[in-house]
Amino acid sequence: MLLIHCPVCAMDRPECEFRHAGEAHVARPADPNAATDEEWASYLYHRSNPKGVIAERWRHVHGCGRYFNALRNTVSDRILVTYRSGQPRSEGTP
Amino acid sequence: MTKFSLLGLIRHAFGGPWPAQWSAASPKPRYDAIIVGGGGHGLATAWYLGSEHGLTNIAVLEKGWLGGGNTGRNTTILRSNYLWPESQGLYEHSLKLWESLSNALNYNVMYSPRGVLLLAHNHHDIQVARRHIHANRLSGIDNEWLTPEQAKDFCPLLNTSKNIRYPILGAALQRRGGTARHDAVAWGFARAASALGVDIIENCEVTGIDRDATGAVAGVQTTRGAIRTTRLGVSAAGHSSVLMAMAGVRMPLESYPLQALVSEPVKPAMPCVVMSNTIHAYMSQSDKGEMVIGAGTDAYNSYSQTGGLHISTHTLEAICELFPRVRRLRMLRNWGGIVDVTPDRSPIVGTTPVPGLFVNCGWGTGGFKATPGAGHVFAHTIATGAPHPINAAFTLDRFRTGRLIDEAAAAAVAH
Repeated sequence: MLLIHCPVCAMDRPECEFRHAGEAHVARPADPNAATDEEWASYLYHRSNPKGVIAERWRHVHGCGRYFNALRNTVSDRILVTYRSGQPRSEGTP
Repeated sequence: MTKFSLLGLIRHAFGGPWPAQWSAASPKPRYDAIIVGGGGHGLATAWYLGSEHGLTNIAVLEKGWLGGGNTGRNTTILRSNYLWPESQGLYEHSLKLWESLSNALNYNVMYSPRGVLLLAHNHHDIQVARRHIHANRLSGIDNEWLTPEQAKDFCPLLNTSKNIRYPILGAALQRRGGTARHDAVAWGFARAASALGVDIIENCEVTGIDRDATGAVAGVQTTRGAIRTTRLGVSAAGHSSVLMAMAGVRMPLESYPLQALVSEPVKPAMPCVVMSNTIHAYMSQSDKGEMVIGAGTDAYNSYSQTGGLHISTHTLEAICELFPRVRRLRMLRNWGGIVDVTPDRSPIVGTTPVPGLFVNCGWGTGGFKATPGAGHVFAHTIATGAPHPINAAFTLDRFRTGRLIDEAAAAAVAH
């Protein structure tokens, strides 16, 4: 079980308080009517699924209830840094 | 290759070691086709390419050892009771091949149609299971409804008491479902493919995919040098996204650790496979006597080949309630495999935007049952350049067109 630092609560809490919410920084097409099928497929389904560092969303469902982002190494499962939603992808330093 | 027979068995009982069952090959500079991934799917593909399509100047590249990935890590359950016609066609094709596979390969894969029992614990489960039964029977696939008493008769270990947290309200039974010996499947395909002249190259990791000026596949870079080919079949399970990225193809896949456990071996007690999706537990007994238990995936994607302890704890709690007589068994081993999951929980078997590049992936948590069927249709796809009618719907393009094969919502069973 991971120990995750919630940047909103500013606390380290066990994984079972959180819900994983998929890859971060996947932007919905700005103009849905103009988006092509390829753009929709990319937004809805295609994922980078890296073997290495991923930016992902978590939600502190049994805490503050807020979404936030984390950088995690998918080989070691070590979380490098967590940061608030809306911020650009972190460079990796807490 | 010496053919296995009763006479041969008796002769070897009196001395002489068994010869190596496949040759350890070194990479040649060029092949007509290369399969990446020496698991059951990749080896089956190689064998069908050789035996059905006459392609024998081919190689299977495996970064570790044969069958050391998900082929050696799964819970060996075979069944074909899926909901949608496309899935039924693919999985039933595979189940039919399992029935005669030992004879076809001259290698005992220990296919055991002992029956797969899928438990229903609530009203919704009953509706879903019965819908599956009707859909399967319309397609000529065996599946039948059992009352709790009939389920207890079929599997006496089951706790059918009404006083448990999730009482058993009934079960769907596919009698032709069952298990097979996972290692034997990889070894049997490897041996038969090697006998046809296929090069099986272990400890050879693909590190890059070469493309020519038109963008078509020209070869691969590996830890054992560059190899040229114009037809490349990727059959790499959890690492499919990593390999496809080498050719610049983004995949609708996420890789998760899926756990399994085995207990200490005991006398035969468990006559069939039992699955419960609602409380997430499944169990069967291996021929060695171990209880083989499947747990769930972690919540987050990972390549760690291990999983959270709370995931397997959750499954063991369910197992202890369903099978109170195994409560005191000790678990000997617990491990994880990396499974590649698609958004609709159906596999991708077919062509890609890159000419000469083919992919067989996205089997998620249930690829073992499809080993011969997937290998068969993937070989057809590679040999002819177009999908077999059975895998025609399982395209990569369906995520653009929207023609999904939605077993995620429909099946309500662990894949």
